[in-house]
Amino acid sequence: MKKASTLRDDFPILNREVNGKPLIYLDNAATTQKPKVVIDRVSSFLSEENANIHRGVHHLSMNATKAYDQARSAVAKFINANSDNEIIFVRGATEAINLVANSFGKSLLEKGDEILVTEMEHHANIVPWQLVARETGAKVIPIAITDHGEIDLNDFESKINKRTKIASFIHVSNALGTINPAKRMIQILKAKDIPVLLDGAQAVAHQAVNVQDLGCDFYVFSSHKIFGPDGMGVLYGRNELLSKMSPYQGGGDMIEVVSFDGTTFREPPERFEAGTPNISGAIGLKEAIDYINDLGWDTIEKIESSLLKYCTEKLSSIPSLKIIGTAQKKVPVLSFTMSSAHPHDIATILDSKGIAVRAGHHCAQPLMKRLGVSATTRASLSFYNNVEEIDQLGEALEQVSKIFEN
Amino acid sequence: MDDLSDLYQEIILSHNKRPRNSDPLDPSTGQAEGFNPLCGDKLTVYVRNSENFLETVSCDTDGCAISRASGSIMTTMVANKEIIEVEKLIEDTKLLLTGEDEPEVDLIEHGDMAALIGVRKFPARIKCATLAWHALESALKGNNEATTE
Repeated sequence: MKKASTLRDDFPILNREVNGKPLIYLDNAATTQKPKVVIDRVSSFLSEENANIHRGVHHLSMNATKAYDQARSAVAKFINANSDNEIIFVRGATEAINLVANSFGKSLLEKGDEILVTEMEHHANIVPWQLVARETGAKVIPIAITDHGEIDLNDFESKINKRTKIASFIHVSNALGTINPAKRMIQILKAKDIPVLLDGAQAVAHQAVNVQDLGCDFYVFSSHKIFGPDGMGVLYGRNELLSKMSPYQGGGDMIEVVSFDGTTFREPPERFEAGTPNISGAIGLKEAIDYINDLGWDTIEKIESSLLKYCTEKLSSIPSLKIIGTAQKKVPVLSFTMSSAHPHDIATILDSKGIAVRAGHHCAQPLMKRLGVSATTRASLSFYNNVEEIDQLGEALEQVSKIFEN
Repeated sequence: MDDLSDLYQEIILSHNKRPRNSDPLDPSTGQAEGFNPLCGDKLTVYVRNSENFLETVSCDTDGCAISRASGSIMTTMVANKEIIEVEKLIEDTKLLLTGEDEPEVDLIEHGDMAALIGVRKFPARIKCATLAWHALESALKGNNEATTE
């Protein structure tokens, strides 16, 4: 097992300074940093192996195609998909949800039908459904959450009815850190034959995901939130559903035969990957997955659960601070408010000490409204953070209190 | 003083804690909402004015210390002035906060707004400081919404 102290050396950016202080990066829910192996792999692909895929018979193109296909296999294995063909490469979790809303939702939904989401969704899992609802006459129905930031399971069951045609909810909350009881909820939905999409953008960096065990129909995530390149993401869909879905975008690579009399489309995944994809992104993502696999989920979860505990205790010891999101099961994401200081002022003061956090509504305005706050400050941790950094965060927050409470 | 103490000067903290003229005006002749969609800062500026004269102004802010202080200071500076003077103050303030060249601060001309000059070192926060002023401009023009975008 690798030691936490040497893990940091894998991430070159953690050696830099910000505002004259060593960087303390606590904005991992926004994007994670990249290990050197990922940076080097993307660089070596671009400098030595670059070519377009699925086209040339020349050496470079064949090898690039092979590397791209291997990335797909790595992702399929990573989330335990049944087959590589169930993995579609997209730009990110947002595009994946839009794809499902358009190619699956639109043909399924009729006037009066209901799309079930929760009050803790990221905007990316609200707006695509609202757009489809506007076109089809369906409605987006939010499931209530509790004051602790957990899904209200009674409300969840009471909102399921014969008009419920699809459910789409967040696996782990980006704003609160809550790990939702996805498997249990999916069992209830599947018992009524309701298709389910899980937004895994925040989940995949913190725990092993097994889509077959979860039982979901679709699972989406972004590469940049699991130590891979940005502009790259994954849609997992059960083959049975994908094979019946219409294309999302048209273009090269997704067709069989094109003529002005009519065009036929390829099978998934190619049907949903129009145009030249993000080849270096896919290759970088594979490297990130290899890195996580080498490290192992046991190691990651062990480090992160102790960091979460330590950080929760540290923040709780600051009198004017209130942690927002106190679910029983959480990843190391800590949102908080301070009675005297606004999140933006807190973030500015932390930044002056080299500490990067997020302030604002975290792309979850309905959630903020539900919790009665206009914004929060969020410290989101990864396995490469350490207790010294949390101590520095605590000290800086004490100073915030001093500045604003005088 | 370092940049941070420049930003959070005593005068800013005082306006943040007790914003002046923060109640809605009744009666008013106009109002405009200021909204920064990036961070969610939200404020409403109320005005009571004739064609040429701004009698009084209030600013109700739900936002950070910088946006609250800027709105509060603004209300103390622009009331009881000819509209033409107010328009000049708005332009001067924008220049003070966002002008390319380092401005020469004139304590008489800029008043307490001079305390907000520290925001220039924090590009991410400049919009917090200009929001109330954009909303005032909108309220006087009869538009009821201003955003920082």
